[in-house]
This record gives sequence, C-alpha cells and structure tokens, in this order.
Amino acid sequence: MKQLTAATRARYFRRQLVDRIMGGLCIAAAGLGLVLLGMILWMLFSNGIAGFSLAVFTESMAQPGAGGGLANAIVGSLIQVGLGAMIGAPIGMMVGVYLSEVGKESKFAQVVRFVNDILLSAPSVLIGLFVYQIAVEPLGGFSGLAGALALAIIAMPIVARTTEDILRLVPQAYRDGAVALGSRENEVVRKVVLPAAFGGILTGVLLAVARIAGETAPLLFTSLGNTNWSTDLTQPMASLPIAIYRYAGSPYQEWVNLAWTGAMLITVGVLVLNILSRFSHAAVAGKQGG
Amino acid sequence: MLAAMTPTPETAKPAIAPMQAPRVTAAASAPVTSPTRIKIDHINAFYGQKQALFDVNLEVPDNAVTAFIGASGCGKSTLLRCLNRMNDTIPGARVEGQIRMDGTDINSAEIDPVQVRTRIGMVFQKPNPFPMSIYDNIAYGPRAHKLVSNKAEMDELVEKSLRRAALWDEVKDRLGKSGLGLSGGQQQRLVIARALAVSPAVILMDEPCSALDPVATAHIEALIDELRKHTCIVIVTHSMAQAARVSQITAFFHMGKLIEAGNTDQIFMAPKLDQTQDYITGRFG
Amino acid sequence: MNTPIAERPLLGSRKIHAADTTFRISLHVAGALVVVVLLSILAIMFIGGKLAFDTFGLGFIWGTEWNPVTQVYGALPAITGTLVTAVLALCIAWPIGFGIAFFLTEICPEKLRTPLGVAIELLAAVPSIVYGMWGFFVLAPFMSEYVQPWLTNVFIWIPPIGDSFFWFTAPPIGVGMLTAALILAIMILPFIAATTRDVLLSTPQLLKDGAYAMGATRWEALTGVVIPAVRGSLFGAVFLGLGRALGETMAVVFVIGNAIRMPDSVMAPSATIASVVANSFPEAEPGTLDLAVLLGLGFILFVVSFGVLAVARVLLRQERMS
Repeated sequence: MKQLTAATRARYFRRQLVDRIMGGLCIAAAGLGLVLLGMILWMLFSNGIAGFSLAVFTESMAQPGAGGGLANAIVGSLIQVGLGAMIGAPIGMMVGVYLSEVGKESKFAQVVRFVNDILLSAPSVLIGLFVYQIAVEPLGGFSGLAGALALAIIAMPIVARTTEDILRLVPQAYRDGAVALGSRENEVVRKVVLPAAFGGILTGVLLAVARIAGETAPLLFTSLGNTNWSTDLTQPMASLPIAIYRYAGSPYQEWVNLAWTGAMLITVGVLVLNILSRFSHAAVAGKQGG
Repeated sequence: MLAAMTPTPETAKPAIAPMQAPRVTAAASAPVTSPTRIKIDHINAFYGQKQALFDVNLEVPDNAVTAFIGASGCGKSTLLRCLNRMNDTIPGARVEGQIRMDGTDINSAEIDPVQVRTRIGMVFQKPNPFPMSIYDNIAYGPRAHKLVSNKAEMDELVEKSLRRAALWDEVKDRLGKSGLGLSGGQQQRLVIARALAVSPAVILMDEPCSALDPVATAHIEALIDELRKHTCIVIVTHSMAQAARVSQITAFFHMGKLIEAGNTDQIFMAPKLDQTQDYITGRFG
Repeated sequence: MNTPIAERPLLGSRKIHAADTTFRISLHVAGALVVVVLLSILAIMFIGGKLAFDTFGLGFIWGTEWNPVTQVYGALPAITGTLVTAVLALCIAWPIGFGIAFFLTEICPEKLRTPLGVAIELLAAVPSIVYGMWGFFVLAPFMSEYVQPWLTNVFIWIPPIGDSFFWFTAPPIGVGMLTAALILAIMILPFIAATTRDVLLSTPQLLKDGAYAMGATRWEALTGVVIPAVRGSLFGAVFLGLGRALGETMAVVFVIGNAIRMPDSVMAPSATIASVVANSFPEAEPGTLDLAVLLGLGFILFVVSFGVLAVARVLLRQERMS
C-alpha cells in the first residue's frame, strides 16, 4: 500500500476539519433556532395560562379593573374567519381547478398563476388598506363584513395554490376513465377529480383558515375592533388579534394578561388546524398510493 | 360480410384465410362471419406536427375480438383512441378521415363525442378504478347517463355488471369498500364491469393485461372471450401470444401504417407480407 | 329518462354542452378575478395616493421630513426603515436558516428529521402578532438592559465602528431598528429553514452520491455540487423571505419605536412603511392628504414587494422546469 505523503495527510485533515466546523455550526444554528422558538412558545404558554380562566370565554371585554374576558373577540374572530373562508375558499378552489384542469399551460393561466403567487405573499396590511378604500369608506363605516372580505382576499390565493398542487397529483387515469365513460368536462372534474382530491383541498382550506385566524393588520382597517358584544356584520366587530394588539400595548396588567391568553388561544388554534391539515393530507396521499 | 381487410388497395375483398394448420388456440376458432361494426376509412392522425397514422383502412366486426399489434409507437394505441374520440382530449391532436360506427361517421362535426364514448367503453393499460366504493364505481356510468330510475334497478345493474365481469362472487360482500383495495386483476375486472354497466356496443382495451400477473391475465382473457359473444371488442396488445389466444382478427401496424390485417390464424400462420412474418417470428423466436 | 344508450342519438345535444360552457366560463371568471384583485389593489393605492404624489412629486419618495402638523410628508425615513430592517433580518436569519436546513437534510439522525421538520413548519405558522408581543415584552427590555449598553461600551472607543451608523450611542430604550430586525429574523427563520430544506431535498440523491463517491466530505458535497445545482431556488427562497420581512406589520409595530425620522443609528427608533400605515391610519380622515400619503406609501410598498416576489417566483420556477 502506498504511503500517504505528509502534504496529502495534512490536506485530508484540513478538509475533515472544515467539514466538522461547518457541521458544528449548522448544529449550533439548529440549536439556536430551536431554543429561540422554544423560548417564545414557553413565554406564550406560561403567560397565557396565567391569565386563563373561564371568564375569558364567557365575558366580553370590559373596563380595566372590571374583570371581563374575550368572549366578544373570540366570537367576532369566528364570524369573520368563518365568513372569510366561506367567501375565499370556493373562489380559491375555482381558481385552482382552472389552473390545473382548464387553463394548464396557456398564456392566461400562466398570468393567473404568477399573480396568484404574488397575492399569496403580498403584505396583508395593504389588503386591509385596499378593502378600507373599496368597502369601508364608500359604504359608510367599519364593519365585520369588510373584515371578512379582507380575510377572504388573503385566503383565496392560499386555497388556489394548494388546490392546483393537489389536483396535479390526481392521476390522469381517473380523468381518462371518466372521459371514456362519456363524462363531460365538468362532470369529470366535479364527480371524479374533486372527490379524489378532497382531502388535499381540505388541507388547503384548513391552512388558509389557520393563516387568516392570526391576521391582525388587515382587520385594523376593516372591522376595526369593538369592545362590546356585537354580531352585527354591518357594525365594527371585535376580533381576537385586534383585542390582543390593543391590550398588549395597554398599561393595565390584567389587559396584558388577557392579551397573552388571547395570543395563546390563537396559536393553539392555528397549530391544531395545521396538525389537522397534515392528517387530511396524509389521508389523501394514502388513498392515492393504494 | 367478413370484416378484416388489407389496408390497400381499397378494393381488396375480405380475406378469408383457409384453414391451413392447427389453430393457435381454441379461442381463435371459426372464421368471423358477423357484420361490420366499425369501418375505419382513410384515417390520418396527427399530434401537432407529427403524423401518427397514415391512411388506415380497416373493418372491425361485431361479436369478435380484433387485436392491434405492432411495436411501441406504431400507432396502434392512437387508432384505438380514435375510435372513441379520446384523442379529442389531447391538445394538438387531430384526426382526418371517417370512422363509421353502424353507418354513422363519429368524426363528423355534428356528432357529440360524449355520446360516442357512452356507446364505446374503454379499458386502460393500468387499472383505474375511481377512488370510491366498488358499488359507486359501477354505478358511475349509469348515474351519469340516468340509465336507471331507482335504487333497486341500480342494485340489479351493479350485480349484473359485476357478474358479467366475473367479479361478483369475489366482491359481493364488500361492495361498499374502496375499489382501490382490490388486487390488480380484480381492479381491471372492476373497470371492465364499470364499462359494461352502460351496455356499450364496443369495448376498447388498451393493453389491458400489461400491468397484471399471468394468473390475472388468464382471468381477463377468459372474460374477453366470454364478452365477445355480445359485444365488439378491440384490444391493443404488445403480446403476440395474447393476440393469438384471444383475437379472431389481427391487424399489424408499423410506423403509423396498417401493414396487414386478417383472420388471426392467417396472420400468424401465413402472413402475406414479409414484414408481418418478420415481426411475428421475431417476437416468437 | 331511462332510454337505453343504444337508442340515444349520437348527435350533439346543445343543452348538455351548455353545462361545460358554463363550467369553463365560471372558472375563467375566477381566474380573471385573481388578476382583477391584484390590479385593483395597485389602482386603488395609486389613485388614493395620487394627491400625495401630486403635492410632493418625487420629493414624496426622497423627502426626509415627515411632519403631520405642517403637512409635509417625505417617505424616505419609512422606506429606509423598511429596507434596513428587512435586509438586516435576512442577513441574520438566512445563515441560521440555512444551517438548520443543512442540519435537517444531512446531519440530523433519521428518526428526528420528520418531527423536527414538522416543528419548524408549525413554527412558521405561528401568527406574527405573537412574535411582536414577545419582542415587546421580552426582547426589547433585554436589548435595553444588556445588549445596547454592551454594544455601546465595547464599540464607542473604536471610532470607525462605534461612531458609525451601526453602533452609534443611541439611548438604550430597547426599541428600534435592530430589535425590529431581530424579531423579523426570528419570525422568518422557520419559513426560510423550511423552504431551504425543501430546495436542498429536491437535489437528486444521484448528484450527491457522485460527489461522495469522489471522496467529498458532506460540506464539500454541499458547496461543490448541491448549491450550484439549486442556486436559483436558494435565492428564490431568500427573496420570498425578504418579501415577507418587507411587508410584515405586527411583528414590527411593537418594537420599531415609531419615530418617523431619518435614523442615525441602527439602534435608533424608526418606522417601516407597514408600521407607519398601521400607526397613522387612525388619525387619517378620508379625503385628507394624511390618508392619501398612507395610500401612496402603500403603493410604494406594493410595488417593491411585487418586484421582490416576482424575482422569487421566477427563480423558483426556473429550477422547477429544468
């Protein structure tokens, strides 16, 4: 066997050293990232649980010193997020179906796909400002409906993107089979393609709901927030993120505590939705693998 | 009238090959005497700029199995997809010429391709049951075309179709289970049953056994032989042996042209053209 | 109704055809709606902000003075704050995010890869207001008590650094551009790690095997083979992260300090376009110059984000095609 020269050995050692150092830095980076994020979650939960009580769910926001909870904000969020998803998700699905089943690689479809990707990451604060201009100012005031509309505009591109992605995973053989049985284009999509992709589309909708549930900035311009109980869609409506924003910046400790509790509730909700979406996605992937 | 014709010249009379040698299999039995179901007339097909079929002429008889054979890319699958206008779904695909089914040109402008496809069933290379229950798979066609008016009729139709596809006994206890849970061979029979449920006059099969093991293949072949009593079947296959076993008529394609067509016995025992002979013996040898 | 198939005419039936036409038209309308929304946002911001553009001309972009009392509005402080915080955040988050991605794809034991990957993705979904609150209650006090005095003490004696934009002796109040950049960095970290991991995973194993077969170390395989192969997508992920940081409101608004003036230090209180829009909006009456200015700012932010996101998409798509 040939003897390694000193130079070769030194170079080998140096290469190994670089590899070790960079690997170590990566491990450190991962550790740092996890520690930071862990700290944030720990802070969130320790403070959130401290302010947690049944009153959070049963009582509306109140004056400082008068107790109170977040019931009106929770209900307001549910209404606006629910309505936003109900408006945004079907349109998003149609866009996704258009991109995957009809438009495909046509010029117009490419434009739509590009624009949808831009909207997907557009600053949400601008969506709020936009809805303020088209639906708050002209219609005479802040309203829950305007809030829902802003959330719908944010949800739509998310659902569109996931729908397109999941429909592309539906085997062409399903479409061929349906066409060969004499189904028209709309029947192929409605009766075979969409049911086959149901789990995946549900994933997209859940992810979109998770995303808009935490949106704060657009609601500042649209539903504004409301300290009283109100389910009137034409009036300013409370929401959890806005309540957190107002309370977190307030000088009253009990409000700050409620803000932490609210933030914890939203985060738990968002994480649960994300985990649920994973299951629905796994379900559809399993079905196609079978 | 007997159906198989040589592609050129047009005036060629149906070629009835005299029995010359022991037949390859029992399935390829007596000469076909049933009437023509589909008449393919000067078909040219294009995918974009590329021409996939060149002036194909062929008559497909009823109550018989017609096999399309030839190397990959020879146009046999393209022709099959012309027969139920599946090529319409491929962007850039274009078909010229006439295909007459029972005298009607299905390529003509006023024909609704969807109506054509309801009369012509198709079975694909890979089994493609829809991701729904066995029952719903069979019921898909009848529901889409409103063939039955109540649940009892539908139950009856589902059972009948599954029986015809020789699958009923294996799945009758789990009709509500997903069709994707079946074995490959069962899935292919399920798909055949799904096609049968709308009582098509013609069934097209695109290499229906290429994804199956020998036992499942034998099941499907037996089924095909049974089905041909009532339907016209066209099968594309890359397996010479399968063509010999199941078909009565064989058409040999090469580079987009129909080289020779005739009684299966004649094609395999005494092909008229050297090209056919070479292909068949090459594959067998 | 129950006509057997064989007795039905083959002729085209107009009525059923209409179903497909309706189907196609409605889908096209939905697709067009996406484009309409984007164009309307641009148009509404531009028209609404026109008063600001008309009043100040190009000075609206280059003006450094922001004074609601005298009605003089120049956007440069907010633009500077936006760019500095976003770029700084990216400079902090990207190396760490890349490290996490490399750790997850190459170093991490098999068993931990999926759970850690899922954890990262879940963290990317945490609403930004949570990061903002944490910054306000935890990071800002920490900065004011420890980091800022330390930086000031250490660097003040080195004039080129201590006296520069970077470690200028700012009053240690905790909020400011550096704190905002840190919060943004923590917020986009999971996002960058997740996208970069996906990009690294998209490299064919064959490519890596080839490098390993030639005796390359993990790091050499990464820098010599993997990174060149996916360079475009890696930049795409960076630009996506930048796009997020530019437009983020809630994580920033708590800790930026909301001082709309040209910053003289990276630790000084400042403002970003998004924070100005959110903070000044309650005082901006419809029809006034104040609101027009906010819409004009929105227009600028939208155009910048559009550019950054467009670059990101083009880079990510390129790779996907090849």
